[in-house]
Amino acid sequence: MIEVENLTVRFGGVTSLNRMSVSFESGTCGLIGPNGAGKTTFFNVLSGFVRPAGGSIRAFGDDLLSIVHYRRARWGLRRTFQTEQAIEELSVYDNVALVHEHAGKSGGSRRADVLDAISFVGLDADPAAKVGGLGVGQRRMVEVARAVVGHPKLVLLDEPAAGLPDAETSGLADVIRQIPARTGALTILVDHDMSLVSACCDTTAVLDFGELIASGPTAQVLRDERVMRAYLGTAEVG
Amino acid sequence: MLDVAGRTASAPQPGSLLRRPSPGALIRTVVIVVLVLFTLLALPQLLSLYYVDYMTQVAVYAMVALGLGVLVGRVGLMSLGQIAVLSVGAWSAARLLFGTSQPFPLVLVEAGLITMVLGTVLLLPALRLRGLYLALITLMLASAVYVVLLTLNFPNGGHGFTGYNGNQIHIPPIRRPSIATSDPAYFRYAVVVAVLMFALVAIHIRTRPGRAWAAIRQSEPAALAAGINTTLYKLWAVALASFVTGVAGGVLAGAVHYLYSDDFPAYTSITILAVVLMGGAYSLWGAIVAALLMQLLPALLNNWGVSNDWLTILFGIGVVFTLTTAPRGIAEQFPKDMARLGGLLVRLVRRGKPGPAGTPEPVSAPAPAAASEAEAP
Repeated sequence: MIEVENLTVRFGGVTSLNRMSVSFESGTCGLIGPNGAGKTTFFNVLSGFVRPAGGSIRAFGDDLLSIVHYRRARWGLRRTFQTEQAIEELSVYDNVALVHEHAGKSGGSRRADVLDAISFVGLDADPAAKVGGLGVGQRRMVEVARAVVGHPKLVLLDEPAAGLPDAETSGLADVIRQIPARTGALTILVDHDMSLVSACCDTTAVLDFGELIASGPTAQVLRDERVMRAYLGTAEVG
Repeated sequence: MLDVAGRTASAPQPGSLLRRPSPGALIRTVVIVVLVLFTLLALPQLLSLYYVDYMTQVAVYAMVALGLGVLVGRVGLMSLGQIAVLSVGAWSAARLLFGTSQPFPLVLVEAGLITMVLGTVLLLPALRLRGLYLALITLMLASAVYVVLLTLNFPNGGHGFTGYNGNQIHIPPIRRPSIATSDPAYFRYAVVVAVLMFALVAIHIRTRPGRAWAAIRQSEPAALAAGINTTLYKLWAVALASFVTGVAGGVLAGAVHYLYSDDFPAYTSITILAVVLMGGAYSLWGAIVAALLMQLLPALLNNWGVSNDWLTILFGIGVVFTLTTAPRGIAEQFPKDMARLGGLLVRLVRRGKPGPAGTPEPVSAPAPAAASEAEAP
């Protein structure tokens, strides 16, 4: 469980997150909002890339903000990025094993854990193949495999379906749904694809201009009038 | 230091955690062993002393290019201060060789370690910067070291910390190892040291730091998210590059016998960077090509009576041409071009021959002119 209290992030004169308080209990939780709402900023705070001006984050009883950014993988944090970050010059196996290696996991379990993660995401590629030679969808799954390897506590998925065709998005949804059951991790999904969010997330929080405007069961949140107005500017959510 | 990560290009090859026998590995090893043996045994016999001296410099600058290749090709940091690092290694080795009777190999290691510590400490604050600012800082550091060397002078057998005595009439030469006092023997010695340095870097690339560097080069935030201490691994790269360059400085000291501050002007760093980019910063072979460009090319031009001033123009054109047509450098482009040429020749030769058991040529066979052209060579 993650409890965020009064989290505030400012970039110069711009307040990117304004006294945001929210909790993510378990399973897969959605985090949605229009562009610039502060979703990725929130992920960057969780990752340690952005230092907040105020507030606190307790994650599974730990003060997450007190952990140095690169040590958070060792703590159990994994994430994907909006832009592709799989390492082209390394093989599929090494891309995933790299995270396992630096997250302080035992070398003895590496091979099994890595191959298990690759198999879990359903990646149809030779583990020894260089990532540079894979298609966009496969690379995206490599990133998801990196995010689930080694029994993480918290998995952050930042627009994992961006640029994927419908068929691959559907396969991705199946994987995302299974992450909590398979790894025990709390998963937070940021995406603009409402059908993906609806399909994967039991609960969803909505940000608008850095402020939390709704949170609760996904179906209920997506019917919330403030959400429809703020997020889509219409009375319909797809 | 500029970020020239070249993210879309294929890669230097960090070692894999997934152990599988590679069919090309044995061939690669055999080629390397044959080349090293040829360089050690045959080359000094085939070359005049003039070229043996230059080839010793090639071995030295191959190590310098190797160190810069670690920074540029592995971590994406472009240093303009490598000549200063080389001079620190040369100074340290010269001082130790004059001041102590330690064995030469030990002095080389000590020079490497001193340079490693100094290089890392000097670049520690600079690592917080990137891009043009870092490039400027390293260039200014090189200039500062040059000024210090002009003041201190290189050791020449005197006493005290600097080991410099301006009143000496007969300056003793910097000693060489007893097993390599002649120029051909010292060339072999330099090659052995260079091979060891290449092996050291290759081991790094093929293990944990190499994979961490690959991650940093691809994306620093993603590397951090993967649990990589990016500052530590960047410093590790700087330390390794400084060590290798420091050892190169020690070999240089023994090669030239006398060192002068004017031998290490700051602008030489720019030339080193240019040849490394031309040779190929992403491959170990690129370091050798870079050293050949930097040291052998001037020797050849000298021999042909062509002014070395042309080199500045040649390198300028070469960098622009290489970066636009073969951004991975000559070392990676040349084998591809040769393979393409070989494939073309094979196709031409096949077209020229009749099919098996008198099979007639297909209708789309080339015109007779093309066939006869193919048979010509």
